[in-house]
Order: sequence, then structure tokens, then C-alpha cells
Amino acid sequence: MPERTVAIGSRQGLHARPATLLAQAAGAAGLPVTIAKAGGSPVDAASMLLVMTLAAAKGDEVVLAADGPDADRVLDELAALLARDLDDE
Amino acid sequence: MSVAAHARTFQGVGVGRGLVVGPVAKAYPSPTLPGDGGGSPADLVPAFDRVAQALTARASAASGALADVLGATAQMAADPALRTEAARRVEAGETPAEAVDRAVARFVDMFTAAGGMLAERVTDLRSVRDRVVAELLGLDEPGVPPLDEPSVVVAADLAPADTAALDVAKVLAIVTQHGGPTGHTAIIAGQLGIPCVVRASGVMDVPTGAVVAVDAAAGTVVLDPDPAVHEEAQARSEAARRLAQDTSAGATKDGHTVKLLANIGTVQDAHRAAGQPVEGVGLFRTEVLFLESATAPTIDEQVAVYSEVLGAFSGGKVVVRTLDAGADKPLAFATQPDEENPALGVRGYRLVRRVPELLRTQLEALARAAEATGTSPWVMAPMISTAQEAADFVATAREAGLRGPVGVMVEVPAAALRARDVLEVADFVSIGTNDLAQYTMATDRLRGTLVDLLDPWQPAVLELVATTARAAGAVERSAGVCGESAADPLMALVLVGLGVTSLSMSLGAVPAVRFALRSHTLEQCRAAAEAALAARTAQDGRAAVRALADPDVVTSLAL
Repeated sequence: MPERTVAIGSRQGLHARPATLLAQAAGAAGLPVTIAKAGGSPVDAASMLLVMTLAAAKGDEVVLAADGPDADRVLDELAALLARDLDDE
Repeated sequence: MSVAAHARTFQGVGVGRGLVVGPVAKAYPSPTLPGDGGGSPADLVPAFDRVAQALTARASAASGALADVLGATAQMAADPALRTEAARRVEAGETPAEAVDRAVARFVDMFTAAGGMLAERVTDLRSVRDRVVAELLGLDEPGVPPLDEPSVVVAADLAPADTAALDVAKVLAIVTQHGGPTGHTAIIAGQLGIPCVVRASGVMDVPTGAVVAVDAAAGTVVLDPDPAVHEEAQARSEAARRLAQDTSAGATKDGHTVKLLANIGTVQDAHRAAGQPVEGVGLFRTEVLFLESATAPTIDEQVAVYSEVLGAFSGGKVVVRTLDAGADKPLAFATQPDEENPALGVRGYRLVRRVPELLRTQLEALARAAEATGTSPWVMAPMISTAQEAADFVATAREAGLRGPVGVMVEVPAAALRARDVLEVADFVSIGTNDLAQYTMATDRLRGTLVDLLDPWQPAVLELVATTARAAGAVERSAGVCGESAADPLMALVLVGLGVTSLSMSLGAVPAVRFALRSHTLEQCRAAAEAALAARTAQDGRAAVRALADPDVVTSLAL
């Protein structure tokens, strides 16, 4: 299954606002996407509540995974989103 | 004030002095689950959808931090994990309302256990729960509705989160059916200068959109007031605006200066007060910082907060009160659960007997903040009973490196009676009239039914204020008042007449007190003090002072 590992770019980590933006983007992707902290168990990336429970801080590496015809494109987009400092936007 | 025949009046307890007329916007409490659970299974997903859509619409109409919070809350209502959990519970036989309640509770538990930024989102999760459950049960939307026009917010009671979420520019007044004059709603309304009436029994019967007159000075809410009331409201708000424009330093007509200071509890209060014509802070209640913590804040956390507050008033006077916990302000990490008489037990300064490091850390944090900001804050301890306690506190403060004045609060009759001894060791005193009344009159502050005994006009209470002020005057030290009574313009005259040198109050009360002082000479204040002390009852005392006061002041402040 395609995966992307990315370090969280938001200054305050994956708190409500970045988690909301990720969940919205993952929900709109049209295929199931999971997110996990390195070594942790994956959760649905479209659920901002579950994403927040990862409590990922700035610089923490997370693993995005998806399966489907469009998976690579979707994962690239989501990884790019997480790498940005969403607290600055 | 004349009212029309069909008018209905609700009597409560007023906070502030304003009179406003406007339409009612009702805020509803969070729904409780009915015995049979409630809601139709087919409505589960649509209920979540309606809540998510309403919040999204509100988020796009808002901006800044509020838009972010609303957007995140909308996303919670749209959350697939939350919806799946609720649906699973419905399939297992729970009613939809129960299922939503418990599904949210699972996330609340997870977030609370995680602490930090996650725990701060629990309020939003609960608001999603309340909204979806209300949708399922066909109830009114909980919380404060968005205000399209300036309105009078009417509620059974307001949670701190509701109060914090108010769009202040559109709130004419706040009326609650429950709550008390020293509760958080009243305190926040006082700080914002919004007229407020609490404990207005039956007021929830007034329908949304009905026009009411709220008179904070009289503590009344009148339904469908007649045109004369509209005119009076206009006149009073114009008078209030004129008073607020006077930014001169506090003084009597003949130039006797009386510092007018603000009571604050948070960094936000400090910034709000710093922009206003006050001469500093007479009471910084540091316990507000501690109240919601499960553990004591670290020294670094305290240094950061104190530095921000001191920095906001650089140059101005700031009186910091050390932790006043216990009694009506229990702290998770410091209050003993088995305290039988909390008001008479280990509270305020007495905490040093059990957790001395709490005070030492606080004083050290304050000393570091003073150094960082280049200020010398005044610092005082609450609930001092003896001169020995005062001496111990002063020594601890000096050891911690504090160089500004170190004083104590006078709230216990023993300290008032022996103020002379206390002032031999303390640089200043500040009289807390609320607690002084409680302890002088042996009356629990939280007992609404005994409120007449807690009246700060009780001659016995004033006698102790007089004793304290006299002792301070004899050694030329300052004696301030930082209780409720400093905010009462008539009482302010009496206090100044008794020799009180500064008055600290909620920001909203300052203009009226400034005006009352400026309209009377020191001699007149002394006459008022004598009249109040000579009275046999609290009512007589107030009436006597009112009769002596400038009629123009009495009329324009609706005293």
C-alpha cells in the first residue's frame, strides 16, 4: 500500500485547525486514508477527532497510507499539506 | 418610574448602574436526556448534518479566532468516527440521544486524559453533543444565539464558556434567572460595564423578541416598558457616556486624591484595564490562574503571566494578592476535601501551614516577573488574622526578593481591631469588604437568604473599616478597599470620609465613583461617614448618606 512519511510543519502541532484542514482534505479525497505516528496504530485521517488524539507535535513524523487508483496523488497532496505551517495561514 | 398596566416586573439583584431597553435573546441550557432517551433513529445522521451545516455557516460569517473555533466545532459534528460510534450504539439498542451523548463522552474522556491542547477542546465537543441532542429532541438550540441586533441576553444561567462567547458589542444587558451577584457572569458583566440582573425569578417566561427594560441599579427587568422608560434609558446612557469621558485622576471636589484602581483576575482583564482611565490595579486575584488546574502552575508559567500583567501597567500601581484559595474557591491541589467549615478553615494565607512551597514559589515567580519588567509590584496576603501572620508574610516576601511595598488584606475582624499592630509590620492594608462583612456578621457569603446581614452598610462592618483606616492614617500608610462596596458611589464617599486612600473595583464601576467623588468635598465625605456610622441599621445609614449627597449625583446615577 502506498505510504508517505512527513514531519508536521505546524508550529503548534496537529491541533484543532490543522487537524480540521487535514480531515476535510482526506474526506474529500474519495478513498480511505489513514494516518499514524511512526510505530503507532493508524487512524482514519478524515476524522479530525482521531487525528487530534495522535497529539503529533511540530517535527513529529507521521505516516499517511491509502490504497486505490488515485492513492499516490492523494498522498502527495496530503503530505504537502501537513508539511506546511498551517498555523501561519 | 411609571409602568404601563400590562407591564410585568421581575425583581432580581442588579450588577452595575445602567438602564437599557431592548429585545430579548434567550440562551438555553444544555439538554438533559429524557428518561426514555428520545430521538428517532432515522434522524441521527440528519441531526448531525444540520448541526454541522449551521456551524459551518456561522464560521464563514465570523472571522479570526472565533471563525477557527466554529470551523473546528463544525468539523467535529461532521466527524466520521464520532458518527460511526453513535450509529453503532443505536444499532446496539440505545436511543439516538443516548448514543450521541455516550459517543461524545468517549471522546471527551480521551481528550481529557490526554490533557493540554486536547483538553481545551472538550468544551467544543460538549457543545456538539448539546446541539445534536437538542436537534434530536426538538429542543431550542442550546447556548447563546447569534445576535443580529443589540439584545438583552436572558438565560436560566450562563456557563463561563457561554459568557466568554458573547458578542459584547451586541449585548445590551445580561439577565439570569439563577446565579449570584458575585458569580462569574456578574463579575464579567461588571468588568465589561454591561448592565446585569441576576436571580430574576420567572424571567425565562419572557419570549424571545419581547422588549424589556433592564435596570441594573434597581435590579429589575420590566416587560413591555412604556415610552417614559425608553426616554429615561436614553438619558441615563447619555449620562453614563458623559461620565466615561472624564478621565481625570480620582479626587474629591477640593482636590483630596483617592486612587481609583481596577480589580482584575486574568491577563485579558489586565490588557482591558490598561487602556482605561484607572491609576492601576488595586487587586490582582491570582487564584483565577490556579482555579482550573489539577496541579499547581509551574514557576515559569507563573512568571510568564505575572510579567504580562505587570508589563501592561508599566509605571502604574499593581497590587498582587497571593493565592486566595479555599472556601468558595476550592483548588484541586490545595484544598482539603474534609474541611467542615471551609470559610473558617485552611484558606487564604493559612495555606502556608499545609503547603508552604505554594506561597514561596508564587512570591519567587513574582519577584522574577518584577525584575524582568523593571517594575515593583505591591504584594499582599489574603485572610490575615494576626500581626504575627502579617510579619511572617512580610519576611517571606522579602526573602523571595520582592522590593516593593508588602502588605496584607484586612478581612478578619481580628486584623481590623488590631490594625495598629498589623501596620507596624505591614507597609499597607487593603480591606476586603465582602469577607469582612461575612466574618463580622457571622454570615456565609454563599447563603442567598441571609443577604441582608451581608450588607456592607451594616454599621458594625463600617466600624471595623473605620478602625482600620484610622490606624493606617496615624502612621501615614495607605489603606485601600477592594471589595464590592468600593463600587457603590455613595459608599465610596463614606469610605473616603473614613480615611480610605484608594478604591479598587470592577472597571465598569469606575466612572460613577469618580463622578461621585468629584462632586463632594473631603469635609462632605467625612460628614457622610459620620452619618453612616451613627445609623442603627444598614438601611438608615444608606438613607442618611443619600440625603446628604449632592442631589444632582443622586439623580444622575439613579442612587
